[in-house]
Amino acid sequence: MSIKGKAYIMGAYEHPTRLAKDKSVAQLHAECALGALADAGLSKEDVDGYFCAGDAPGLGPLAMADYMNLKLRHLDSTDLGGCSYIAHVAHAAQAIAMGKCRVALITLAGRPRSEGHSGAVPRMRGADAPDTQWEFPLGVATINAYAMCAARHMYQFGTTPEQLAWVKVAASHHAQHNPHAMLREVVTVEDVLNSPVIATPLHRLDCCVVSDGGGALVVVAPEIAKSLNRPRVKVIGAGESMKGQMGGEVDLTYSAGVRSGPAAFAEAGVKPADIKYASIYDSFTITVVIQLEDLGFCEKGQGGRFVADGNLISGVGRLPFNTDGGGLCNNHPANRGGITKVIEAVRQLRGEAHPAVQVKNCDLALAHGTGGLLGSRHGAATLIMERE
Amino acid sequence: MAERKIPAPGINPETEPFWAAAREGRFLVKGCAACGKNHWYPRAICPFCFSDRTEWRPASGRGVIYSVSVMKRAPEPYAIAYVTLEEGPTMMTNIVDCDLDALRIGQPVRLVFKPTEGGGPPFPMFTPA
Ligand SMILES: [Zn+2]
Repeated sequence: MSIKGKAYIMGAYEHPTRLAKDKSVAQLHAECALGALADAGLSKEDVDGYFCAGDAPGLGPLAMADYMNLKLRHLDSTDLGGCSYIAHVAHAAQAIAMGKCRVALITLAGRPRSEGHSGAVPRMRGADAPDTQWEFPLGVATINAYAMCAARHMYQFGTTPEQLAWVKVAASHHAQHNPHAMLREVVTVEDVLNSPVIATPLHRLDCCVVSDGGGALVVVAPEIAKSLNRPRVKVIGAGESMKGQMGGEVDLTYSAGVRSGPAAFAEAGVKPADIKYASIYDSFTITVVIQLEDLGFCEKGQGGRFVADGNLISGVGRLPFNTDGGGLCNNHPANRGGITKVIEAVRQLRGEAHPAVQVKNCDLALAHGTGGLLGSRHGAATLIMERE
Repeated sequence: MAERKIPAPGINPETEPFWAAAREGRFLVKGCAACGKNHWYPRAICPFCFSDRTEWRPASGRGVIYSVSVMKRAPEPYAIAYVTLEEGPTMMTNIVDCDLDALRIGQPVRLVFKPTEGGGPPFPMFTPA
């Protein structure tokens, strides 16, 4: 059994706010839900499945489902960190294929910018987690966990800071066309290298933004998709996995994408070379390089060379990525970039991306992300979508 | 330069012997009597073969840096690292008491226990050998 062709993404909405001091987190979730349902041409009463992750306030999906007064027969709060929402699309397709729901709503929202979060400050990720006593005292923040991956990648494969900087340069080329993007200024490799080092070898411009906001998706059964007046984005393949420290056999050079990616490609029956557009979670520049290798867009160790010289810039390079500006320039709501990755892929497949970055004849797209910390333990989710 | 204050680890019954030994200056790793392998971080159940026949084993405290990053944007810069122990496992740690900017992957290091806040047990860290 496969989810191929069993569900369609018919609603997608990215909240325009990047600073929401005057809103609550629940309100942001509901505003995103409203936006995605309106985009699909559906109403709240049509929703019978609801998906959220750890950014949702309260216990699992209960508080948000009650806030929105949903009438549900399927709930799922799988939390793989920032890539959860990519996995939620696959889980929604599974539930729809099994007849457990017909209209699945997925929401993400948060206001880390208003609350003063920083990826450079150590964060307690569960006092009772078995790793916490061994790692929290060491000052594991978000950035230095990823920075250790970058340092090892450079040591083992000769990846350079200039190559990492190209990921940011490409994102900035796209963000200049997005009026909602936090950072719209086009930057150069030199700009990245001249920005302050936060955690060696990563600079300030190697990091994603901290933003408030959110997004929502509506995934529906085929017969409902056909009744709606929107371009149809068909889910054709998905994979998910996780990777940790493997009992001490640590290897920072690859991610769980080595499992989620091939699973998604196998289910979809396509190859990396077939993909016209890719949303790749860009928490940091190094995250993109490692994931592109793991997904098979290039050989392991060649990611730095692959992203250099504008290869990720739409209209310029071989693999247009994150044409909304991504987490590096546009938006990273709730410190979780998964849902915006799916949203921009949906825009590309519908032909509704900004004309300056729209990929011609974009009929096959991928959204992939990791969540948690690449440098200690993380989830990964891959989704392949086709325009029908 | 001022040193970063190290929060005390939250000890539980599964890990109490490690921290008791640390207070005596002894560095232990967990090994498995069934499959023979050492692991990190220490667990009651072997993460390789799932046997419950795990045991505390004295370790040399010698290792090499697998990866390292110096946190520059902190009141007191510090180096987070993974160190591969002579006994096999690679553990997350800090590299201390040295020129942080001179640290390199592959560099040999040796264990030092560093005091933690509030009278907590000393924490296993490393310094260039
Ligand atoms: Zn064992």
